Amino acid sequence: MRGWERGRALPRGDPGYGVERREARLAWWMVSPAVAAIALVALFPLAWTVWESFHQHDLRMPWLGRPFIGLDNYVEAAGDPRFWAAMGHTLFFAVVSVSVELILGTFLALAMNRAFRGRALMRASILVPWAMPTVVSGLLWKFMFDGDAGIANAALVKAGVFDQPVVWFIHTGLAWVPVILADVWKTTPFVALLLLAGLQNIDASLYEAARIDGASAWRQFRFVTLPLLRPAMMVALIFRTLDAFRVFDLIYVMTGGGPGTSTEPIALYTFNSLLQYLRFGYGSALSVIVFAVTFALALLYIRFLGAGLTETRT
Amino acid sequence: MASVTLDRIRKTYPNGHVAARDLSLEIADGEFMVLVGPSGCGKSTALRVIAGLETPTGGRVLIGDRDVTDLPPQERDIAMVFQSYALYPHMTVRENLGFGLRMRGVDARVIGERTTRTAEALGLEPVLDRKPGQLSGGQRQRVALGRAMVREPLAFLFDEPLSNLDAKLRVETRAELARLHRRLAATIVYVTHDQEEALTLGGRVAVLRDGVVEQVAPPMELYRRPATAFVGGFVGSPAMNLLPGQIVGRTDGATLGVRPHDVAIVGAGQGDVDARVDVVEPRGSELLIYLRLAGESGQEVRVVAPPEPMIPADTSVGVRFDRERMHWFDKGGRALGR
Amino acid sequence: MTGRHGAARRDWWTAAAVGALILATAFPFYWAIVSSFTPESQLFRSPSLFPRQFVLAHYRALFVERQFWVPIRNSLVVAGTTTVFCVTVGAFCAYALARLRFRGKVPLLGLILAVSMFPQISVVSPLYLLLRSLHLINTYPGLILPYLTFAMPLTVWLLVGIFRQLPAELEEAAMVDGASRLRTFREVVIPLALPGLATTAILTFVYSWNEFLFALSFTLGPERQTVPVAIALLRGQYQVPWGQILASAIVATAPVALLVLAFQRRIVQGLTAGAVKG
Repeated sequence: MRGWERGRALPRGDPGYGVERREARLAWWMVSPAVAAIALVALFPLAWTVWESFHQHDLRMPWLGRPFIGLDNYVEAAGDPRFWAAMGHTLFFAVVSVSVELILGTFLALAMNRAFRGRALMRASILVPWAMPTVVSGLLWKFMFDGDAGIANAALVKAGVFDQPVVWFIHTGLAWVPVILADVWKTTPFVALLLLAGLQNIDASLYEAARIDGASAWRQFRFVTLPLLRPAMMVALIFRTLDAFRVFDLIYVMTGGGPGTSTEPIALYTFNSLLQYLRFGYGSALSVIVFAVTFALALLYIRFLGAGLTETRT
Repeated sequence: MASVTLDRIRKTYPNGHVAARDLSLEIADGEFMVLVGPSGCGKSTALRVIAGLETPTGGRVLIGDRDVTDLPPQERDIAMVFQSYALYPHMTVRENLGFGLRMRGVDARVIGERTTRTAEALGLEPVLDRKPGQLSGGQRQRVALGRAMVREPLAFLFDEPLSNLDAKLRVETRAELARLHRRLAATIVYVTHDQEEALTLGGRVAVLRDGVVEQVAPPMELYRRPATAFVGGFVGSPAMNLLPGQIVGRTDGATLGVRPHDVAIVGAGQGDVDARVDVVEPRGSELLIYLRLAGESGQEVRVVAPPEPMIPADTSVGVRFDRERMHWFDKGGRALGR
Repeated sequence: MTGRHGAARRDWWTAAAVGALILATAFPFYWAIVSSFTPESQLFRSPSLFPRQFVLAHYRALFVERQFWVPIRNSLVVAGTTTVFCVTVGAFCAYALARLRFRGKVPLLGLILAVSMFPQISVVSPLYLLLRSLHLINTYPGLILPYLTFAMPLTVWLLVGIFRQLPAELEEAAMVDGASRLRTFREVVIPLALPGLATTAILTFVYSWNEFLFALSFTLGPERQTVPVAIALLRGQYQVPWGQILASAIVATAPVALLVLAFQRRIVQGLTAGAVKG
């Protein structure tokens, strides 16, 4: 057990070097299983994907082999209208849902910060949407917006907004409504939680000082809350944008990318290219593009929180 | 028990901060050595280097004759009492006490015996089966002490152990520690920022500043013969007055150090310098008087005077320095011969 | 808006907002539960908020005809194994990252953070080919292995935060007392970190349970499909079997929901701890 530690008093070399080296060796032993797992299932596959993206590899036409074609897949993507449409859908979805979630989330976080009673109930109602599989939440909303059985139609018709039930999922523009609502429903609570934590870190005495200085509630919000909430907002923003960009489950189960391919996000297009059209080369190129954009966003995140990464205490 | 030696210890952190610069200290076997100094002086670093919790960038650590610089704390056979006690919250007092012995593979029966003995010595038998969270501050302190004692180590290290106690407990525990030292003839290295505590407890006291030992001597010698202006100003309360001065026959400036107890207040014009009374603090058995010297410097001087007669503020007075108790320091702060 | 009137009005708005939140969140559930007990015939006619009939037909069909307990079993095995493996292996890795000194620590942390942000789609094809060559398609290991992609970084990241929050003096005291790093880890750190470990396990389990893309890509049939996939692929002969879908949704969510409700406070702490510096 302590064999490696049974150190002898080393000669006067670098003082303490031996201790630190032994500690480093132990550290590498402790770290390696996890690192090996990550390398195996994440790093090597990613490298493979990049390599594959430089080849033509169509599993439906195995006789064509797997020739190296350089950047041709990327060129094809650049000229592929369906690719650009997918990027557009993804961007649209990300912008709309993240904006709504951030605004609603702030509002909710402010309300939760004040409320004293019913905290447990609030927390519960927040966590359950987060805890359910995305496909399930998607299906719940798909049901509610179903043309025949949907309660949304029933309510809207009864309220006089529509004359007759609308088939939401047949019209491109309308299909986005339940999709975005489902995403907002599921993740606004999480955003609110993040922002609430940020709010609770704001020293209450700052508000008192502002009040004494004569600041109205709005001014307090603008000059105390907003600036100090910015870090939490940035975290929420980046997290959610990353997630929104990778959206797959929700759309797969609600619209399947339809009608046609008019709600198809880039992750779904990539999935289809790979496992439906079996174009592994092209699909890999699309994968790499998705990764590149995600990575760029992630870099933003890392740089923003960079200071916290290196704080340690031995 | 064993001696502890720090030989030219240097410690520079990766961010450039220098915690220890050529720190050397010899602590004899059975000695009670106090390390004292302002925050950032390197006293905690020195202690942690002895413990092995920090590895020095340069220099050696010896325990007894053994160079332990390259040994981890587990192998140094020293015990440490932390400022926050660091008791294992999920273990009972008994398990806390026995932990160190268990780690060294000591026989369970021996552990039981020693634990019981130590608990008896510290009055901890009634709480042996409680967890630290259920103890009072004083009891926790004793468990921390017991955990160190039960191991019968080569040396005891204390890192500001009294700073979390209230004043009364502090005084009691101080006496307890002194008794412990006598009984066990233990080598003790004790870190504190409280100079009064240092003077009361230490067999010898090392005053540290900026990563170096400024002076190491028995308490009274520090008080009467400070080697530097810093030591003079640090040791003793109220603090020594340090006045800029000039020595006849020397061109560079000097500093005169004289303790508030060694300054007498006389009538204006009758002393060495004239001054005006600024603030008077009655302290029961004495008066602490803040004066401002006449002249453009307006230098503040602290004087301790008998409680009677009461001297009102704004009075003009003279000050006379006790010739026997004046300390002169050169430009670099080093003491000059009398 | 100052003074007592302002405060009262603000409180009213707050209560309204909170009430709206709870209502908006709960309604889809309520509706799903109600509908899952509504007979098929009623489902496709105009629905009403408070229905009159309650039947168990959908649930029965789910378990008897569709064998829904199979995907439940699959999800339990996959999510459970992933969690146990990742928390165990991750704890060692996280402790080293949190407390030990070694070069390459910062890049390693960065790497783990980066991997946690990988879009899953980007590794589907090589994983598919790898699993296929190992004959692991449609098997339990064939899902657990890919799940490590997100579960491993997640657990390590959370546990690093948890270990760092423990007072370092306790570990120092243990080392001075003679405990090696590993022994300190086992005897002092782990017992104290148990609550954090539990939270990490719960979060990992929830994320694994809810995973869809890998489960969809790497399973072929009902024997190994997990709950989300089974639900998404529920097909009826003539029309969408909403009754059964909703019943399955309730069944799928209920256990996770209960778990989450039981440990809400911890989960909230765990979710926000890593994100917001406090």
